[in-house]
Order: sequence, then C-alpha cells, then structure tokens
Amino acid sequence: MKHAYTWGAILAVVLASASGDVLLSRAMKKVGDVGALWRHSGLLTVAGRILSRPSFLLGIFMMAASFFSLLFALSWGDVSLVAPASASLTFVANAVAAKIFLHERVDHRRWIAALLVAGGVVLLAA
Amino acid sequence: MTFRKYLVLGGVTLFAAIGDTLLARGMKQVGNISLHSLPDIVLAVLNPWVALGILFLLGFFAAYMTALSWADLTYVLPATSLGYVLLALIAKFFLHEQVTTTRWLGIGLISAGVGFVTQGPALTRHPYHHQPDAEAERVGTRAEP
Repeated sequence: MKHAYTWGAILAVVLASASGDVLLSRAMKKVGDVGALWRHSGLLTVAGRILSRPSFLLGIFMMAASFFSLLFALSWGDVSLVAPASASLTFVANAVAAKIFLHERVDHRRWIAALLVAGGVVLLAA
Repeated sequence: MTFRKYLVLGGVTLFAAIGDTLLARGMKQVGNISLHSLPDIVLAVLNPWVALGILFLLGFFAAYMTALSWADLTYVLPATSLGYVLLALIAKFFLHEQVTTTRWLGIGLISAGVGFVTQGPALTRHPYHHQPDAEAERVGTRAEP
C-alpha cells in the first residue's frame, strides 16, 4: 500500500513538472527572445511581458505543485528511489509533452538524448 | 546558437547545481522539519547557506526562462543535464563521497545525451513561425492568437 502511495506521488511529480515546463516554455516562446527584447525596450518591459502571461503564472503554480508532491513522495518512499525515478520519468514525459503540446520536432536525436539522460540519472542514484 | 546563448545554457547548469548543493548543505544544518511544524521552514531561510542557495536558484530560473525564450524545451532540458554530472563531481571532490563505477557509467550516459542533443538544431522552425530574433522586434504589435 505504501508502495502505491509512493508511485502515485511520483506520478503526480512527473505530471505536474512536465505540464509546468510545457507551460513555461510556451509562455517564453510567446514573449520571444528575451535578450533582444531587453536590448530593445529594457528590463522592466521584459519582466512585465513575462509576468502578464497567464501560462507563465500557471506554469509557476504547476512547478510549486510538483515541489510539494515531491515532498509527499519523499515522506513515503526512499530518496534513492523517489529522486531518480521522478527526475528520469520527467525527462521522458517532457519529450512526449513537448511533441504533443508544443509541436516541437522531437527527432531521433532528441529521443535518444532524453532516454540517455533518463538512464544516466537512474544509474547516478543506483 | 551564439556564444552568448551557450553561456546562458552554462548558467542554467551551473546555477542549478551550485544552488542545490548550497541548499543541501544548509538544510543539513537546519535539521529535520516535521509536517507538524511546517512554519519552521520559513526560519530555514535565515540560514546563510539556504539563503545563498535560494539566490543561486533564482539565477537558475532567470537563465532557464531566457533559454526557453529562444530554444526548444526538448533541447534545453538534455543540454543542461550536465548539472547531474557536476553534482556527482562536487560530491566527490568537495564532500568526499565515493563515486562508484555505476555512477561513472551514469555520468557517461548523461554526457552522451548532452553531446547528442547539442549536435542538432536548438529551435523547431514551424512554417508559420518566423525567426525568434525578428519576431522579438515586433512583438508589441503582434496580434495574439
């Protein structure tokens, strides 16, 4: 039963963190190149543009949700399971979500990179 | 990809690893916080290591948002995953933890992943999408979809 709780919390971490990353990425793509915008119209404009995007605020909220889910997961399971499992599953979930929701071209190269990193994270914690 | 952009990706990697290390060090000093005394977590900010760690993580977030403004999510995440390797090296050389063969193998896999993704393009070009640099210039007048 404890196992089910732990994996449920890990799943919540992965879902919240992937949707947070997708929302933040979408917001920043809409804002456009921050460096160019800064040189062009100043830092305040940049901050205003970013903070006025609903997807940015929702993304922050999802990141906070993922952080608290991680705390719950850690209170149920071992850190040596929870940390690598959630980190590496998040890499894979992000690749899928970015393909579906952001229409990024996730080619072989990017799939292999995501899987290599996910596998590497698991080994690091082993 | 310009040199400045690689610098931003390096910042994402460095700030995250250093911030996490500082937080871990500070929280070891602060000690366990139980769920019954959650407000204690606010006091943890008073620990100088924790405060410095938060500062670095804010820097990480700024660099991460900057990177996402001109590169794909599936590019930025693997490209900055060298932070895991950095954490292992910090653990070995500063905290004198032992890095096992399995961990070195993990470091190798992550580095290979980083090498793979940075060989490719950083941004997906959609047919209806223009260059982000050109887009930023007229972002104020653009009608939002």
